[in-house]
Amino acid sequence: MQELIKRAKELLADGTVVRVLGWKAGDLPYNPEPAYFEKEEDFRDFVYNGFCGANLSKYMIEASKLEGKTMVCLKPCDTYSFNQLLKEHRVDREKAYIVGVGCKGKLDIEKIKAQGIKGIQAISGAELTDAGDVLTIQTLYGEKTCAYGDAMLERCHVCKGKEHRIYDEIIGESKDTKDADRFEEVKKIEAMSPEEKFAFFQKELSKCIRCNACRNVCPACSCRKCVFDSNKFDSSQKANADSFEEKMFHIIRAFHVAGRCTDCGECSRVCPQGIPLHLFNRKFIKDIDEFYGEYQAGEDIEAKGPLTDFTFGDVEPSIVGKRG
Amino acid sequence: MYKIAKENLSALFGKIAESRELYLPVNISGQANFAAWSEGSAVDLDTLKTVKSPKDAFFPQSENLYTVKKDGKKLSVEPEALKDRDFVVFGMKACDVQGIQVLDKVFLADPVDTFYAARRAHGTIVALACHEPEETCFCKVFGIDCAEPAADVAAWMVDGELYWKALTEKGEALTEAVQSLLTSAEGEEEKIEEEKKAIRAIVEKLPYSHLSLEGWNGDSLKEKFDSPLWEELYKPCLACGTCTFVCPTCQCYDIKDYDTGHGVKRYRCWDSCMYSDFTMMAHGNNRTSQMQRFRQRFMHKLVYFPANNDGMYSCVGCGRCVEKCPAALNIVKVIKSFQKEGE
Repeated sequence: MQELIKRAKELLADGTVVRVLGWKAGDLPYNPEPAYFEKEEDFRDFVYNGFCGANLSKYMIEASKLEGKTMVCLKPCDTYSFNQLLKEHRVDREKAYIVGVGCKGKLDIEKIKAQGIKGIQAISGAELTDAGDVLTIQTLYGEKTCAYGDAMLERCHVCKGKEHRIYDEIIGESKDTKDADRFEEVKKIEAMSPEEKFAFFQKELSKCIRCNACRNVCPACSCRKCVFDSNKFDSSQKANADSFEEKMFHIIRAFHVAGRCTDCGECSRVCPQGIPLHLFNRKFIKDIDEFYGEYQAGEDIEAKGPLTDFTFGDVEPSIVGKRG
Repeated sequence: MYKIAKENLSALFGKIAESRELYLPVNISGQANFAAWSEGSAVDLDTLKTVKSPKDAFFPQSENLYTVKKDGKKLSVEPEALKDRDFVVFGMKACDVQGIQVLDKVFLADPVDTFYAARRAHGTIVALACHEPEETCFCKVFGIDCAEPAADVAAWMVDGELYWKALTEKGEALTEAVQSLLTSAEGEEEKIEEEKKAIRAIVEKLPYSHLSLEGWNGDSLKEKFDSPLWEELYKPCLACGTCTFVCPTCQCYDIKDYDTGHGVKRYRCWDSCMYSDFTMMAHGNNRTSQMQRFRQRFMHKLVYFPANNDGMYSCVGCGRCVEKCPAALNIVKVIKSFQKEGE
């Protein structure tokens, strides 16, 4: 982290960038927030540890509209989102100085709390430089421990790898934390009967409170104005006019980001109700892989998106009838 | 005072449900939220805070107000029926009970909101003391005692027993209805006093318990409104509605029409000051930037509301926004930032 701060200050001082987009320490051991740093003294609060899960690529949409260059800290998986935004002309490469930051998997406070750990006062073991794989947590109800892997975000268990796909320089080491099959859950759902599938999604999606956190955090949701924010439709953004509407919202959103979703997992990370929203996106990714050949959105900026390109090898629409 | 063993609670819930509707924290797909009880519900009294506050019981996220039906050239208007059945909300916490007091100020003031008033008249609240408060809690800052909730019935969970103390007439009536399942706990007051002491000792140690609200009142309106700090504070805000929708006191709503194909349902639904069409009027929107919308939420809770309600804040320190904001922003950080600035 010190190296990162040192470099950020240098880039500010020599005029390469006019602001730095990183994370500011929170007032609890686990709640750092995305923040801009412009002055030397701002860096007192700069932090980069296991709780910096937020994908800052999304913030670069707004930062691209500002005067001057922004140094942005991107983890390996965040760079996929940046590439995808670049491809869609939603961020400006000239306005970004990308520092690829090291990552050994990000932590999910909900997973820690789910283990009955509460009254948290301090957490050690969450720094990038910590060698151990155990978090030691001081709480008002005694000291607890939690394996780092058990506290990781779901997306880190299906890590896309430790390589940054776009960067100006890299600071810190990364680790591939993949220890699960990305499509395992999708396969389980595919194996369900239509009734079971419906029941599964109804149960999960009926928890939705229409807060729109999934949409607003999503780098693929970069429309200037979302159709759900229009008051010209009955499907407005803040209420379920009927019990089907929250499903409509999520299904439409999943269709809209299909082929562009990098599977960054931000939707599931921020959902206050713990809805596994990434499963929708992964189903589309799995189907796209099968229909059009393997494709990873955001891997590079040259490859044409499978849904915006035509080849004679493309699957015929009749596949829908065959597969159901 | 009465008591009932924890393992007999499902019998208690069954008994309550014989004569009243019952809402309590239920775990559905891994999340605890208030829901209607039925035989076999996965009741969850161990999770300190439900994701959503229990305000839905009195002020649902969406509710129909009236229905317009079209029959040829004839239109008929049918107002939605008011709540007319007694119900019980079991397992609310002291902060959420205070949240209802805040809603009362809004909805029971003239002109009275009849939908809300009917629910308040028919609802009985059984509130549970917070056995193990968490680091995100700051009810003490607003003078709330989570060791002794001020509801119709106050309850404590100690050593596998639920202790039950009716505090109001409604509470007495509910006690009478379930009397056959309760046993006397006279002479065990000491146990409850011990529990309260233990809870208050933890509260003293919570990181947010000693937050100062100095300077947050109607008198500081202009100074707070004009502060350059908002320009900094709002920046990570994603403009989602999480904070407002999990909040026990956010009470803004929108009224919309739903085209049923053969008529119109006019309904209201919670609104969020974080949303771009919040308070949109014919002339447009009076808050055009996210900074203004962000500022509105905190000014309302800490300045406008106390200015109009004898100093009562419309935050109760439940800490749900602290836990759920996707960008880790919250009211505590706002209060602290202003404090830092003033130093």
